[in-house]
Amino acid sequence: MDLVANNLSYKPDDQYHLNEVSFNFKEGNLYTILGRTLSGKTTLLKTIAGLLTPDSGEIEFDGKNFLKVPVWERNVAMVYQQFINYPHLNVFENIAFPLKQRKIDQSFINEKVMDALKSVGLVGYEKRKIQELSGGQQQRVSLARSLVKNAKILLLDEPLVNLDYKLREQLREEFKNLFSKGLADETILIYSTTDPRETMELNGEVIVLDEGKVLQVGPAKEIFENPNSLKVAEISNDPPMNIIEAKISDNNIKFEGINLEAPKHLSKLTEDGLKIGLRSSDIELNENGHEFEVELAEISGSETLLHLKRGDTKIIVSIEEVLNFKIHDKVKINFKIDRAYAFKADGKLASSPFGGLNG
Amino acid sequence: MNKLYIFLKYFFIVVWTVFVVAPFLWALTTSFKDFQSVNGGVTYIPWVDFEPNLEGWKVLIKSPAKGGVDIIEPYFNSMFVTCTASLISIILGTLSAYALSRYTFKAGFVKNNDITFFFISQRIMPPIVLSIPFFLFLSSINLLDSLTGLIVVYIVLLMPIAVWIMVDFFNKVPREIDETALIDGCNPYQAFLKVVLPNSIPGLIVAGMFCIIFGWIDFFFAFILTFTEVQLLPVKIVALNSSVTPWWSLSASALVSVAPLIIVAFIVERYLSKGNLSGAIK
Repeated sequence: MDLVANNLSYKPDDQYHLNEVSFNFKEGNLYTILGRTLSGKTTLLKTIAGLLTPDSGEIEFDGKNFLKVPVWERNVAMVYQQFINYPHLNVFENIAFPLKQRKIDQSFINEKVMDALKSVGLVGYEKRKIQELSGGQQQRVSLARSLVKNAKILLLDEPLVNLDYKLREQLREEFKNLFSKGLADETILIYSTTDPRETMELNGEVIVLDEGKVLQVGPAKEIFENPNSLKVAEISNDPPMNIIEAKISDNNIKFEGINLEAPKHLSKLTEDGLKIGLRSSDIELNENGHEFEVELAEISGSETLLHLKRGDTKIIVSIEEVLNFKIHDKVKINFKIDRAYAFKADGKLASSPFGGLNG
Repeated sequence: MNKLYIFLKYFFIVVWTVFVVAPFLWALTTSFKDFQSVNGGVTYIPWVDFEPNLEGWKVLIKSPAKGGVDIIEPYFNSMFVTCTASLISIILGTLSAYALSRYTFKAGFVKNNDITFFFISQRIMPPIVLSIPFFLFLSSINLLDSLTGLIVVYIVLLMPIAVWIMVDFFNKVPREIDETALIDGCNPYQAFLKVVLPNSIPGLIVAGMFCIIFGWIDFFFAFILTFTEVQLLPVKIVALNSSVTPWWSLSASALVSVAPLIIVAFIVERYLSKGNLSGAIK
């Protein structure tokens, strides 16, 4: 049972929330919608759920026009980024709610709810009030409620974004387990997120969305290795990929007085206005390297992010250890230039180290 | 500084309490006095200042033939009209408020907020403006001087209060809760009844309380739209005021008429302070 959309557009004000979005989702697969905030992820999920009607375009599910089916008959499940549960019901009643709606036998409901509670690790919490749970637990209840329905389409709208770091890691791991158990092979899982790391870890088919438009579709690895444009490179990397305005001539990449020998995949490029893209993790501290000035140093987890500057060029370097720097310190760095990307003046990928296009 | 603050705090609390409680005490003592005690100088303490008697209270239940005023029937009339009108207002008002909170209406330049304001504007108008239209309207459908007519008018007066309070309340219930209910298989009516309404109980209580208060204390319309067949309590109390003002029975009837409101306030206060209701929606 495929979920197929054709040219979905939605423009409630002067901005497109969805702009000619098309996709073909197949059952048993995980799809990740990656995009910044306000890129249209929630709008897309709500459109699939039936909470929003697009201005134009079609959605078909199992060969039938999905737009004619009201929300309450679509058999979808959705987890919101805010922890949405029914505040007047306790944990058990919350999870049982969608089943009760279907007028199913109570003993079957009990069994299903207990299974769902087990799979989200909340056994023993049945009688608790929702308000007495932590954010992470509330989100688990919400997840259990969506699992218990055996919905054909499961929508997860940035389910981890409002949780603190530790819980996010933990729940993400549990999500991966749940998804890999195959949730039943008939489910279409659609997961939206702003976090590139989450996208890579979930390792599904990725749809990169920006300003309501689909920029690129492909497996997570492909998006990571061969982003088809500057925008995708920015969205799919955290911190965003460093973009350096450089000139390539005589087999050399030149910027800010630095001369780097062009690797094979970049050496043939000659056009004007090229931009070189290099991940923050592909730059390293090296005593024999090029001198940059520290603008800002932030420690995030076990990583140090260095914001560096030389002339007009600003770059971010991530270092896999905790180091202390002062503003205006001078550091020397080395570019792993063989891992550099090149983008044309219009933002399209010109060449990638993983063999995209001219490579 | 701190001591001054505490002193001022308690000072104003005491002043305010005296201000609020004194009239009740006055009414309570007066209701047990006779002509002599009322007119014979300032007296406060029963059995010391004056000899209490129940004449003031007895007048209220004696039939007019025996020189009483019999407020029992008007009392139940008032209760019936207030409760019925409040109940219908809450039902209609809650439904309208939900629609105004969740759906977008547009007719020319008129939008949701304008419709909400239209409801409230009914209460901004001085009642006298409405009195003649109401009178003509009720007389044209033969409902003058009847309980049904009063209920109709009171619904017009009370529903705006319900709409006003409930729109504000529904706006605070996250839309995602309704959406989740829809996704979980409820149609819009079920989503409203099973999910939104149970989470709006504090709002319903507040709206209901306001409706009951405003319905119960209305004198103006009860006075204009009824004559002999039907009488409401406020009108009857005022009618007590004849050539010689019977302060004792006036006081007694005032206390009797305030009693239901005090009971309602106590119940509501207990209910709201349970906490689980006021904090239902995070």
